[in-house]
Amino acid sequence: MSEITDTLETTAENPVAGIDQTSGNFKYDMTYDFDAGTGLSDRTVDYISAVKKEAPWIREFRQNALKTFQSKPLPTHWATKDLENINFDKIRYYLSQGLKPKRTWDEVPEDIKRTFERLGIPEQERKFLAGVEAQFDSEAAYSNIKEAVAKQGVIFMNSTEGLREHPEIFRKFFGKVIPTGDNKFSALNSAVFSGGSFIYVPPGVKVSHPLQAYFRINAENFGQFERTLIICDEGSELTYMEGCTAPKFSTATLHSAVVELVALKGAKIQYITVQNWSSNVFNLVTKRGLAHEESEIKWIDCNIGSRLTMKYPGVVLKGRKARGEVISIALANDGQHQDTGAKMVHAADETTSTVVSKSISVGQGRATYRGVVHIPRGLKGCKNNTECDALLINTNSRTDTYPSITVRGDRHAVQHEASVSKVSADQIFYMQQRGLTEGQAMSLSVNGFVNDLARQFPMEYSVELKRLIDLEMEGSVG
Amino acid sequence: MSSLEIKNLHVSTGDKEIVKGVTLTINTGEIHAIMGPNGTGKSTMAKAIAGHPDYTITQGDVLIDGKSILEKESDERAREGIFLAFQYPSEIPGVSIANFLRAALQARMAEGEEIDASGYYKRLYQKMDLLKIDRKFTSRSVNEGFSGGEKKRSEILQMAMLEPKFALMDETDSGLDIDALRIVSDGVNSLRGPNLGILLITHYQRLLSYIVPDHVHVMIDGRIVKSGDKSLALELESRGYDWVKQELATA
Ligand SMILES: Nc1ncnc2c1ncn2[C@@H]1O[C@H](COP(=O)(O)OP(=O)(O)O)[C@@H](O)[C@H]1O
Ligand SMILES: [Mg+2]
Repeated sequence: MSEITDTLETTAENPVAGIDQTSGNFKYDMTYDFDAGTGLSDRTVDYISAVKKEAPWIREFRQNALKTFQSKPLPTHWATKDLENINFDKIRYYLSQGLKPKRTWDEVPEDIKRTFERLGIPEQERKFLAGVEAQFDSEAAYSNIKEAVAKQGVIFMNSTEGLREHPEIFRKFFGKVIPTGDNKFSALNSAVFSGGSFIYVPPGVKVSHPLQAYFRINAENFGQFERTLIICDEGSELTYMEGCTAPKFSTATLHSAVVELVALKGAKIQYITVQNWSSNVFNLVTKRGLAHEESEIKWIDCNIGSRLTMKYPGVVLKGRKARGEVISIALANDGQHQDTGAKMVHAADETTSTVVSKSISVGQGRATYRGVVHIPRGLKGCKNNTECDALLINTNSRTDTYPSITVRGDRHAVQHEASVSKVSADQIFYMQQRGLTEGQAMSLSVNGFVNDLARQFPMEYSVELKRLIDLEMEGSVG
Repeated sequence: MSSLEIKNLHVSTGDKEIVKGVTLTINTGEIHAIMGPNGTGKSTMAKAIAGHPDYTITQGDVLIDGKSILEKESDERAREGIFLAFQYPSEIPGVSIANFLRAALQARMAEGEEIDASGYYKRLYQKMDLLKIDRKFTSRSVNEGFSGGEKKRSEILQMAMLEPKFALMDETDSGLDIDALRIVSDGVNSLRGPNLGILLITHYQRLLSYIVPDHVHVMIDGRIVKSGDKSLALELESRGYDWVKQELATA
């Protein structure tokens, strides 16, 4: 028997379900068909590559990435020192089989069951999420979608399969939007990635339904080092949704995904994430899109939970009249730090970017916004609009905004607005006077604060987001 | 019939005593007006009864039907039938009136019970028509960017929807022009009945010619110094608060 929840010393309570992830009763007995063991070396990387039967170029790519990872320092000169608490030697970098848990549904704590109930999570997924079932078997649903979109020529598969079956497309774009050495964690991902999606949409094809990673939850995909690559060919359109709003009772404490999007001329990509990590997780994700002429890339990103999230979705506006947009909502509860933002790199004339960020800090929670808008000399007619709003739920919460805007030349329109507001005692009293409990009053305030953004989400996501906020806020008033 | 009893109520904020021993019983079916100059403690008393955390009740009691409510949280008091129409209502950005009221009604239902949406809107629109409030109003955020008159009307709308046993109406007339005053008063009068007791706080007699009270009390410096029927309000209007103060001084 082994325990994989012990990469961190600190005890972290999950505020959503009140589950102590590090306490003794959350252990699994595991047998893995393939297991790279703990720690990271070139042997680990070779092992992963061998298990996946990868082509030599990929193996080489991984090995180079490993070197980059090892040579790069942690970015603690600007980011939080908490990163230093990640013990890279204790992490398992590859698990191919699901967990074989020994606990039964009866042993799952009542409050977790209630949480699932409240979130309206289907029976079978509950078992998986609670660690009762090793696999969430949704292959059937997944292959239906896969077949349906295949009729339009859309390729939608696991990135491992993508590499094997479509190397010609994969290789052309892979690692081009986010180079290995972009940051220490993109290098780590490049060395040990597995899971994630590969999507190619042919020219002119408009995928009518959003594709969802949600259908493909399994041990690998649930994983720590997903790699997603999405290419929308000229004039095509796609909406992709990832994540699931159920609290992830993750057994792994480091999640470091890389997502690359490529929108060719006139294409439109919308990438939606709603994530609710348990509060022992470091969630360090690199997401970027490359927008060609007249194309549009939009990131909608909701981050709830985790110990530390660092995520700054970006768009490189490479072609004339390309548009980029980031909409993000972050909720930092006690003991959590949401360090999020956006990066907009203008690299062509008449490109437009928009950033709207809303953060909520509760109790000791901390929300940081970092934004980069870069418009180099020599371009004309570029526009950026940035708006960051922070909501503080009590006086202990802190929020920081670090916008960095470099605009060279004077033929551009750039706007930046920031606001910090508080839920005041009078506001809570007003709502309580109408009969709402303190928790209900708080969640109503928070939902009101994010309301204009949440309305842009697909229906089921905004409903789930609301439920999540309710749960978080109820928990926060004890 | 229900009763709201205020017994020898003393209220402080910080070290400062503001309400200094008020005794008053309001039965459902009755309207009591409290009049008094600015800064006498009228709002403080209303907020303390509703359970505002800034105010401490240092002495006395508040009871509904003989049972003290002071141990209860403000939301419990609200659900037991206390409604405060605020002098200065708070804004709740991003939360529409319709959603807010729905949540407030939902909070009054038993667990597992769901509010019936179509019935709810029907009732809401009916009350809005009564108060001559435009339908578009429902989608606006609570009190955000409302004019003074709109805020007051929205308070009365909430009162109409939540059907309290006791309404503490704090300066509901302030900031209203004559037309709005008439509409709001008509609204309040239509809610008047055997199941509602009202404490009407005002420092003008103007309102009281539209909403005619059964009893009038004068509050000065945290105490009720004079009580009478509706004619007291008229007397106050013509003779001013100094008259009461002088009476007090010579007594
Ligand atoms: N939260 C508070 N903190 C300090 N002083 C207060 C507070 N609320 C009211 N007061 C004071 O109490 C007195 C009575 O105020 P208030 O109850 O608003 O009077 P009224 O409603 O009769 O005009 C005033 O002197 C006011 O400044
Ligand atoms: Mg007042």
